[in-house]
Amino acid sequence: MHKNSRWLIFLSVGLIFLAFLFPLWDIAIFAPQYPEGLFLQIWINKMGGDLRNVNILNHYIGMKAITPESIPELKFMPMIAIGLIISGGIVGFLNKRPLTIAWVVLFTLIAVAGLADFYKWEYDYGHDLSPDAPIKIPGMHYQPPFIGSQTLLNISAYSYPGIGGYALIASISLAYIAAFGHLVFKRKSHSKGQPPS
Amino acid sequence: MLNTSHGFVPWDDSHHPNLSVSNGQPDGRWLFINSNNTPRIARLDLTTFRTAEIIEIPNSGGNHASPFLTEGSEYALASTRFGVPIPQKDVPINTYKENFKGTISFVKIDPKVGTMSLAFQILVPSIDYDLGHCGKGPSKDWCFFTSYNSEKAHTLLEINASKNDKDFVTALNWKAAEKCVAEGKGKTWTAPYAHNTYSDETHTATSEILKKQVVMEQKDCPGMMYYVPVAKSPHGMDVDSTGEYFVAGGKLAAQITAYSYTKLLKAIEEKKFAGDFDGVQILDYAAVMAGEVKKPCLGPLHTEFDGKGYGYTSCFVSSEVVKWKIGTWEVVDRMPTYYSLGHLMIPGGNTAKPWGKYLLAMNKITKDRYLPTGPELAQAAQLIDISGEKMEMLSDFPTIGEPHYAQGLLATVIKDKQVKIFELEKNKHPFAALNEKDSKVVREGNIVHVYLTMIRSHFGPDNIEGIQVGDTVYFHVTNLEQDWDIPHGFALLGSNTSELLVLPGETATIKWIAEAPGVFPFYCTDFCSALHQEMQGYIRVSPKGTNTPVSFSTGKK
Ligand SMILES: [Cu+2]
Repeated sequence: MHKNSRWLIFLSVGLIFLAFLFPLWDIAIFAPQYPEGLFLQIWINKMGGDLRNVNILNHYIGMKAITPESIPELKFMPMIAIGLIISGGIVGFLNKRPLTIAWVVLFTLIAVAGLADFYKWEYDYGHDLSPDAPIKIPGMHYQPPFIGSQTLLNISAYSYPGIGGYALIASISLAYIAAFGHLVFKRKSHSKGQPPS
Repeated sequence: MLNTSHGFVPWDDSHHPNLSVSNGQPDGRWLFINSNNTPRIARLDLTTFRTAEIIEIPNSGGNHASPFLTEGSEYALASTRFGVPIPQKDVPINTYKENFKGTISFVKIDPKVGTMSLAFQILVPSIDYDLGHCGKGPSKDWCFFTSYNSEKAHTLLEINASKNDKDFVTALNWKAAEKCVAEGKGKTWTAPYAHNTYSDETHTATSEILKKQVVMEQKDCPGMMYYVPVAKSPHGMDVDSTGEYFVAGGKLAAQITAYSYTKLLKAIEEKKFAGDFDGVQILDYAAVMAGEVKKPCLGPLHTEFDGKGYGYTSCFVSSEVVKWKIGTWEVVDRMPTYYSLGHLMIPGGNTAKPWGKYLLAMNKITKDRYLPTGPELAQAAQLIDISGEKMEMLSDFPTIGEPHYAQGLLATVIKDKQVKIFELEKNKHPFAALNEKDSKVVREGNIVHVYLTMIRSHFGPDNIEGIQVGDTVYFHVTNLEQDWDIPHGFALLGSNTSELLVLPGETATIKWIAEAPGVFPFYCTDFCSALHQEMQGYIRVSPKGTNTPVSFSTGKK
């Protein structure tokens, strides 16, 4: 296997570290009474930003308070990431294609599971409303956008990956190149290596 | 904060705000303001726009000529409007001439945190010190005050204090005064005065009564103080942005006089004296005067400067602003105002570097400007564009009360320094509940402490029982919000002190005496949310000696 693929895997592993230093996902909320915006950051192991004020606003429409202690994902996500880093390190060191492919598949499954979990969490958060809510609007739910923007009553909500999230996207892309890049590069080097006769 | 040597004095008569200055311009740190009746100076913190400190001025009868700051904000000066026996004693009022005195007080301002302390006081003749300003640039070591009542009248002053053709401008070398005091020329006196400070960490005030001050007699520091004659009963005393000219508005004399600092020094050096008044040497008018503004207006009061070579004087009787040129002393433009203009203000117009674009005219009489509203009318103010050759009226608007002096500065100097919330983590109030879970009711004999929390849109607790008639109940109310512009209020039926306005992260206390059995509502008095109207609770008072247990809850059915 090409030595470049080893470095690609190490780089991919390195990018996973960034997920510990920057938020994975950013949610922003703007409303007439919040022209300066309210911001939530979802980190690999915590929630940051204006959690307190978002919770105060949301209690009027019966949304559950977001309490980081009660979100188990924030506890096991770091462990999964560390697992990926260690396994990725071994895979890179050994630099065997079948192992690399297996690692990429594992990474992909984890990423898909993570996004699905995030979507489910948003769905529950937006739909599971308290029957005691002071403000009840029939048929209304408050699920924040998965990605992109959405208007909920007088609030505009925006949801996009954070730096950590982009780092993971880059990381998984590099892992794919490490595993399957030879299919592309071989053809190229082949056509280069054979001058027309 | 309102404590004085006379006990709590919850009102006063404030006149002159003065911004702290660094490098010749307002620096947006503090605003100082006088109170005339019970002599005091307050310092406002411009990150919170709240009073951070109040110091009482002892040995003073009326603190009108105050608080004028030296150029580097080293001192705030306070001069007395009313002569009184100093120290106070029982004497016939008609012995004014022998027994009455005035003082000029130096309040030191800590350069880092702004804390005020009474450095020393100078005992001066008992004329009525009216207004003042300190020098800047070349004249930065000096302060100037106008005064009236050189007649030393003690009755019917409107006649008796308007007899002399000339009154006095005081020129005071504060550096020389400071030096004399350092040399030990003052004496320690023992008049009590209060010093009150407010902490944004404990959210409480601390008051102490101090009993020592250094007082120096004017005659013990030669070369420190001179009088310069001025057209009778002057009012405003303003220093131009270069610091060379100090200008007196002649109120009754239709005369605006500009004096030259250079000529002042020369006259002192050449001993151009025209007698003395109570031991203070009087300088020769012509030797110090630089120019009189020609045909100014009627009732000139105050002057501000645009930093481009022009002075703008308010004229009370003729209701106008006159713009005149420094040096030629010629009026170049006039703008009518509505009506009876008092103070005027150009942002930074009393400093070395004015932002000379706008002028605010603050009037004393309104009459036909707005719809009538009973015997008291809204007062009028006018915003005038002074950026061009001719003044241009931009806006005429009502204000409340009688607008007095004002200060202005560029918004950019202070807008990013504004405190939006007080952090709950830093709240050191001894009775704060920083979490709804920690709210509680604690009985200590006849005293009950309620650790109350407020968050949109409820109180914790909102049902309180077990209070007995005769109990003194302290509500220590904490606003748990950590969001800008979400204050909550607190009021309780029968409360005879005040309502509370509690800012995010802050704790405030109200005292309430349970007078009769019953159930009394309390509620939020500051609109906080869509469910503000629902933000309410009850306190139950039982007859003395009953065994209703102390209990408290929120949301219990
Ligand atoms: Cu409220």
